[in-house]
Amino acid sequence: MSGIDLARRMPALRRHSWLTRIWKSRPPLVIGLSIGWLILIIAAALFAEFLAPYGFAEQSLLNRLKPPALLGGSADHILGTDDLGRDVFSRVIYAMRTSILIAVMATVIGATVGTALGIIAAHFRGWVDDVIMMLVDFQASVPFLIVALAILAFFGNNFVLLIVMIGLFGWDGYARIARGLVLSTNGQGYAFAIRTLGVHPAKVYVRHVLPNMLGVIMVQVTLNFPEIILLETSLSFLGLGVQPPGTSLGLLLGEGRNYLTTAWWMGIPAGLVIFLTTLAISLVGDWLRDMFDPNLGAKGE
Amino acid sequence: MNPQFIISKVFRGAMTLLLAVTFVFIVLRASGDPAQMMLSDEASPQAIEAFRARWGLDGSYLEQYITYLSAVLQGDFGNSFRDGRPALQVVMERVPVTLQLGITALLLTLILGIPAGIMAALHRGQLVDHAAMSFTILGQSVPNFFLGIVLILIFSMTLRWLPSSGTGTVWHLIMPALTLATATAATVARFTRSSMLDVLHQPFMRTAKAKGIPHNRRVLHHALPNAAIPVVTVVGMRIGGLIGGAVTIETVFAWPGIGMLLVNSVNQRDLAVVQAVVLLIALTMVVVNLIVDLTYGWLDPRIDLNNKKATA
Repeated sequence: MSGIDLARRMPALRRHSWLTRIWKSRPPLVIGLSIGWLILIIAAALFAEFLAPYGFAEQSLLNRLKPPALLGGSADHILGTDDLGRDVFSRVIYAMRTSILIAVMATVIGATVGTALGIIAAHFRGWVDDVIMMLVDFQASVPFLIVALAILAFFGNNFVLLIVMIGLFGWDGYARIARGLVLSTNGQGYAFAIRTLGVHPAKVYVRHVLPNMLGVIMVQVTLNFPEIILLETSLSFLGLGVQPPGTSLGLLLGEGRNYLTTAWWMGIPAGLVIFLTTLAISLVGDWLRDMFDPNLGAKGE
Repeated sequence: MNPQFIISKVFRGAMTLLLAVTFVFIVLRASGDPAQMMLSDEASPQAIEAFRARWGLDGSYLEQYITYLSAVLQGDFGNSFRDGRPALQVVMERVPVTLQLGITALLLTLILGIPAGIMAALHRGQLVDHAAMSFTILGQSVPNFFLGIVLILIFSMTLRWLPSSGTGTVWHLIMPALTLATATAATVARFTRSSMLDVLHQPFMRTAKAKGIPHNRRVLHHALPNAAIPVVTVVGMRIGGLIGGAVTIETVFAWPGIGMLLVNSVNQRDLAVVQAVVLLIALTMVVVNLIVDLTYGWLDPRIDLNNKKATA
């Protein structure tokens, strides 16, 4: 039996070794870089106006398709300019803001709706539980990108619909987790004890059960967040998400696709940002999971 | 195999399909007047009248639902307003091209993912393991459309080795299939690794070693079949990812399959085609899940299929 198996079975051993295990299992440098990158992204999203040297729609038709500074372009446009003479660097920064904003709002929607439905399913059991779990199965069985495309086709595109729809992606994961946790806490002493004191069930959930679930839900967020970014950028890439003159990382890459031969710098930086961001969240998420809950990390592998 | 189990699985699949049809029906009715949505702007009043009569739009919602359901059961999804042909026919034309891409990607997934996972598990903690796992993290994180574009930039634009778009030869197939397979192969590799690690430490593996069975035979005949079930599950689950991924990949590489048809139809709001594609994909997913469920019993006869909780 390996050391990790042993540690998994005996929490006391695990407690002594988790620091060393993390130290060994992942180069901390990678995690440090990932966290640094995420801070940079969030800063860019928050302070886009101050960081971007130009407006995202500021055109300069004399400076069209100029290469990045390192490839012989001028220092005014670090990442070059696009087909309308807009500064690619500024556009990437504003695109980060849109993409991060959508992803954060969508995650909040998904986590709230999913957790609430999971709690409701576990509380009422019976047919309510059956219906909610059937919806969960349904959501999990059809690729969401397809559902999203269908909804956009029928309802047409607008920003609010886009956010709500992306928010509904991944609710099934939260619902499954919340339901399982409530079922198990309901069997535990403390929830029963509070209930026998005559506290209203809703209050029990909000005050006592929910705080206990937060850790696991945060783990689910780290799994869900990159997928949400990928969904939004995919939709925008296909020209069916964020619409011009708005900008999103996926849209930038989609626009740049037509200029691959002449001006690859139009799209590639945005694509790279998406890649690095999802990579960083995955790495940090893995690391957090190992740190807070070794059992879950082993299973979720 | 237990017939009761098969029946319950088929029933569950049918329920999922019914839910999908209901979903499309509700969305179509909720989004406006179907007669105006499904027909082009230039449709004559007679055409609109004929459409209303055919789909029973003047009746109650229940009657409309039943009309819709029976039409869908007969494979009638209405006509594409681009060329007036039945939507199902428009979609079915694209199936072979998409299958060609999808099956190649699935094979690549298995060929790359399973051996990588096995090697990583056998050399746990060594260079092979770290390299394989680093690649899987990269493969899972890279957006497939970005990967596709980078491949085009390198292999089509710069090196001029492979065609960037279209279909026809094996050369056209390489980049789209590889791009589509990357994320799936990465997931499969990770699951194969952890599943193999679980099995390799089982007492029966030690017994096999003690009996003097050669290493390769132990791995391939003793460990692998026992590690297969989680791998089959994840392959089944990732089929949905392949289908979803095909939508973007087909657009990137101008691969004229169902994915590209869907994106174009959404852009032009050719709703008859959109609903046909969505329901066809739902049907595919249900069938795949059914096959995965039935494979469990074949892989591991010990599983009492009757008592096994549904994983799909």
